[in-house]
Parts: sequence; C-alpha cells; structure tokens
Amino acid sequence: MDATTITHPLTIALVGNPNCGKTALFNQLTGARQKVANYAGVTVERKEGVFTAPSGRRVSVLDLPGAYSLEAMSPDEIITRDICLGRRPGEAMPDLIVCVADATNLRLHLRFVLEVKKLGRPMILALNMMDAAAARGIRVDRDRLEAELGVPVIETIAVKSGGAAALVGHIDAGLIPPKPSIDDHLDLHAEVRRLLDAAVVMPTRTSKIDDRLDRILLHPVFGLMILALTMFVVFQAVFSGATPAMDAITAGFDWAAGLVRDHMPDGLLKGFLADAVIGGLGSVIVFLPQILILFFFILVLEESGYLPRAAFLLDHLMSKAGLTGRSFIPLLSSHACAIPGIMATRSIHDVRDRITTILIAPLMTCSARIPVYVLLISAFIPERSVFGVLSFRGLVLFGMYLIGISGGLMVSTVMKWTRRDRSEHPLLMELPSYRLPSLRNLAIGLWERAQIFMKRITGIIFAANTLLWVLTTFPGKPAGATGPDIDYSVAGMIGHLLHPIFAPLGFNWQICVALIPGLAAREVAVSALGTVYAVQGSEDTVSQALGHLISTQWSLATALSLMAWYVFAPQCMSTLAVIRRETNSWKMVAVTAGYLFGLAYVAALIVYQIVSRL
Amino acid sequence: MTLRDLPLDTPALVTEVCNTSGGDIISQRLRELGFVPGEPVEVVGRGPLGGEPLLIRIGFTRFALRGNEAERVVVERIG
Repeated sequence: MDATTITHPLTIALVGNPNCGKTALFNQLTGARQKVANYAGVTVERKEGVFTAPSGRRVSVLDLPGAYSLEAMSPDEIITRDICLGRRPGEAMPDLIVCVADATNLRLHLRFVLEVKKLGRPMILALNMMDAAAARGIRVDRDRLEAELGVPVIETIAVKSGGAAALVGHIDAGLIPPKPSIDDHLDLHAEVRRLLDAAVVMPTRTSKIDDRLDRILLHPVFGLMILALTMFVVFQAVFSGATPAMDAITAGFDWAAGLVRDHMPDGLLKGFLADAVIGGLGSVIVFLPQILILFFFILVLEESGYLPRAAFLLDHLMSKAGLTGRSFIPLLSSHACAIPGIMATRSIHDVRDRITTILIAPLMTCSARIPVYVLLISAFIPERSVFGVLSFRGLVLFGMYLIGISGGLMVSTVMKWTRRDRSEHPLLMELPSYRLPSLRNLAIGLWERAQIFMKRITGIIFAANTLLWVLTTFPGKPAGATGPDIDYSVAGMIGHLLHPIFAPLGFNWQICVALIPGLAAREVAVSALGTVYAVQGSEDTVSQALGHLISTQWSLATALSLMAWYVFAPQCMSTLAVIRRETNSWKMVAVTAGYLFGLAYVAALIVYQIVSRL
Repeated sequence: MTLRDLPLDTPALVTEVCNTSGGDIISQRLRELGFVPGEPVEVVGRGPLGGEPLLIRIGFTRFALRGNEAERVVVERIG
C-alpha cells in the first residue's frame, strides 16, 4: 500500500479499550522516560514519553486514556476522542494513531478499532497479548486481518522485553499508512463478526483459569473472606513494614536539624533552616515509606485484575451510601494516610463518585491521628478489662475508627440525597482476565507515584510550613518574659483570639494555640501542646509528661471534645494539598476544609456540652 | 425476560437493549460493549450482598452490571 514518509520527529498516540495492555506497551516503548501530568483544566492524567528508534529518530508517544467508545461518556473518553481528532486546544494532532487491541478479547476491542478507523486518520493496529492468545489456542491470521481491515496490523507482547520490536521497526521506517477509508453506514458489530469469521479461530469463550478463579474469589462467603484476609495482610505490611524506614527518616532529619542547631550561629536563619526547611520536609517525607508500600499493593492488585473483583464484592454495600465498589480501596488506604487514599481515587471513573470519595477520605482514621488519640485515651480513659480479655482503652480506640467510618458514610449518604444531578451512576465494569503483574510495570508505577508525591506535594507543604514557622516565631519573646516562646508569637496571639470561639467546646487557650502549628499535620499537635506546657524531652517523654499534666488540668469533657474535634477537623495541610492537586480546584479544597471544620465544631460542641453536664 | 431475572448459568441470547429515557447513555454504552441482538449471554455470578451486582459473560468478556443496568437488556433463553 502507498505510504507517506515522514522525517521530522514523530508524534504517535496510543489508544485502546481499558485493559488492552496499552499502558504496558507504553512502558515497554518509553521505559522510565515519561512525564505524568494532568490535561489542562481537567483531572484526567496525561502521560507522555519519548523513545529513540534504532535509526536515531525521536518518537514522542502519548498514552491516551482507555476508552470503550468514541461516543464519549466520561472526561477521559472526551480527551481521547478530541486528541485523535486534533480538536483539543494546545495538543498537536498525532501523526499516527496506534490502536491497541487485546488479542484475547477481539470481539469487544475490534469494535473500537473500527470506530477509530472511522476517524479517517493514519493508524496501525497493535495486536497485543499475542502470547496469552496463543496459550488459549486463539489463532489470528495477521495477513488476512490486515487485508480485511485495510490497516497495517502488528503483533506485540507488551509484557515481554522486546515485545514491541516489530512496532518500533514499523514506526522507525517512518511509513505513515494512508488514511483508511470506511463506509459511514457500516454496522460495526456485524463488521466485527465478519472480521472474526475471516481471520480468527477461537476455541473457548473465556479462559478456564479465569472462570475457576472467579468462582472462588467472587464466592459470597469465600470471596469476602479472601478480601478481608488480603486487606489484613496489606495493612500489616503498611504499618509494620514502614516503621523501620519511617524511624530512619525521622532520625535522619532530626540529625540534620541537630547539625544545623549545633554548628550555625544563633539567629533567624538557623531557626528557619532547622525548623521550617528540615523539619517541614521531614514531616512530609516520613509518609513516603507507607505510601510506597501501600501503592505497591494497590498496583499488584490492579495489575493482577483483582481490584475490580474487590469492587464487585462491595459495590452493593457502597452504592447504598452513595459510593461505588471502586471507592473501597481508596477509603481503606486512607486509614494509613489520606494522601495515597486520595491519589488512589484515580481508579474511580465516574467523576461524581470520585469527588465524593475524595471528600470523605479525610474522615478515615489515618495513622497521624493515633498519637493524639493515644495521648488523650491514656490520660483520661481508665484501663480495665472488658469480658476478661479486651482492653477498654483498646475498645475506645477501635470506636474512634468506627466513628470515622460511619461519619464518612453519613456524609456520602447526605451528598447522595442532596445532589441536584440525580442521573444514574453506572457501574458497567469490565472484569479483565487475571494476569501476573510484571515487575517492570510495578516499578514504573511506583516511581510515578513517588514523583507525584514529592514534586507536587512538597512545594505546597514547604510554603505552608514556612508560613507556620513565621507565625510561630515572630515577633519573638520580649526580654525578661517567662512564658513559653510560642505564647509571644503571632500564632499565640491568634490562639488567644480564637479562644472565645472554641470556649464552648471546652478548649482552653493552650489547646487553641497548639491547634495552629497542628494544622501542618495532626501528630504535630502533641509536640505543640508540649511546647505550650513547656514540657521538654524526646517524643515519648513529652507524651508521658503531658499525659500527667493534662489529666490533672483538663476535664474529661474537654478531652472527649478534643477527640471528637480530631475525628473531623482537617488538621492536615498535606491532605488539602493533595486534594488541590487531584481535583485541580481550590474550590474543592475550600469545600472540604469548610465542611470538615463545620462538622468538627458541631461534634466537639455536642460532646462537650453533654459530657460536662453529666 | 430481562438479564436481571435470568437464572445463574443459563445460556441466553440478547433480544434488545431498551432505553429508559430518550438519549439513555447507559443503554447506548451497553450496546457498544457488545449487548446486541443475537449475542449469547450468561449470568455467571452474583454479588454477595443483595445479589448485586451481576457477573455477566458476553462474547469474550466479563462485566459487572448493577440490577438497573441489567434490566435494560432483554434476553431469550436458549432451548
């Protein structure tokens, strides 16, 4: 067939159904040379990479979001359609469309190929997962398919090293196939059947292994048990596996801050470097081990095909609360930390479901709340055994988790009832074949998440920490003053100013002052209270001494009210920063912070007013 | 009979996909996913809670559909 030869750097776009192995092919082509960002104005992920073909030609590859159809139903599909048509402002029309289809699922994927062909743009078809197809006895007559389809067809195995060599060779030849011609009135389903009859032999409908695995993993009883067990293992790994790395990071930053304190001349710069720069950076990076471990498991579950199965098992329950089965993993992750939880909402395709999930993720009891809860529970809740084996304090802590979860479900239910847009949220979820996750894809996926976290979050956190440092440092203690330093700072003044507002919640001025630096991260509140009460020493001694002090100075009502406050209050700027990054909207940040503060105030008010009257 | 009422593991053929409203995008998407007249379809599983969602096998693909989605697909049992 006739082809145009192109000599300038090529731009190609990968398109295809979800689960066609497109992203694996993208990883295979570009390796780690990828840039992940969002498309301007929307929260759809934009992935671009480059590779140099054997001839030295530079090829830039755009991995377009997976789509079932160009009759777009979601923001991702609109992006895919508009870029293929060259209609999206700021995005060049690709020289070549590489349409990726899973050779084991041609019945579904060929229809989309035909839809893309209808666009009349130069394209080639990459028949992916040829190894899996061969293993299932599926035989595709490539020459015949190419002839019948009128589009070059190239076989690829995206998960195997060198599996894209034929595709690279074809692209490298610089041959842009002519625009395919297609009849506008063609019935696509009938055409798919014709192509399958002509070029494909398929002995079995679905894979036997998949059928068998689904019988167990989706079983009403065993399925749920396996899900619970999987989640238990993941959490064990996140909490126990991350601790050594987190301790090492904390120790490292403490050491660096100590070095600055010991060797720099006294002054503002020293305080700024030690507290705002090193301390601030440390407070964010300390979450990296948990985030990486959590994402490792999420990626394994996603790549293996288990994630949609978990969503299947829980969809009915979650949809009652205005969510979807896909919200489960992000919300569960939020119990470690809301940051990876909110980042994991990318697997929720429906925008409304995704926003709801993001909004309630901060209510899940993250690990940073534990130091605060432990301080208050050990100071105010008497230890006694329940039914001989259970610890009462342990039960109270467990209760805090339940309050967080039920609070979140209540908020999502209220959102469901008050939403103006009452149209159905479809599930329509494909359960892909099970696959062994490839190490390469796992590594690239993890690297991407770590980069997003470090690049996008640290900037905002750094700015916020600097601001907090300024607030807690200036104007500084006058000569001869005796109170704690923070009392003479702007933060201290704000704390005192806020006191009348928080007095109905039973908060004294010390709590109000500690709430300000506690905005950086929840666990900071413990050390901030330590500063206000002038308790010194390591983290553990501060917590113990503080426990003694507050158990004599605070009432039970104040302690419980503060716990209620911590269930809801958005005392974590990293979470707000990640919401900004993931929703691309300051309004969403304001809505989240606003409703969380409102709920926290009301909950603490009710708790204090009731308990103080008992 | 609709796909929602089809017993487990009973082979059937799709007769049509109904629109619940004028431009029902869910029905349109179902057709795009392969729910077209004459296509063999089977319910191979149900969710553990309330029997939802339904696990559907059509063509070479498995889909999870909620009850109100499956209700749009009219089917006919084979044999």
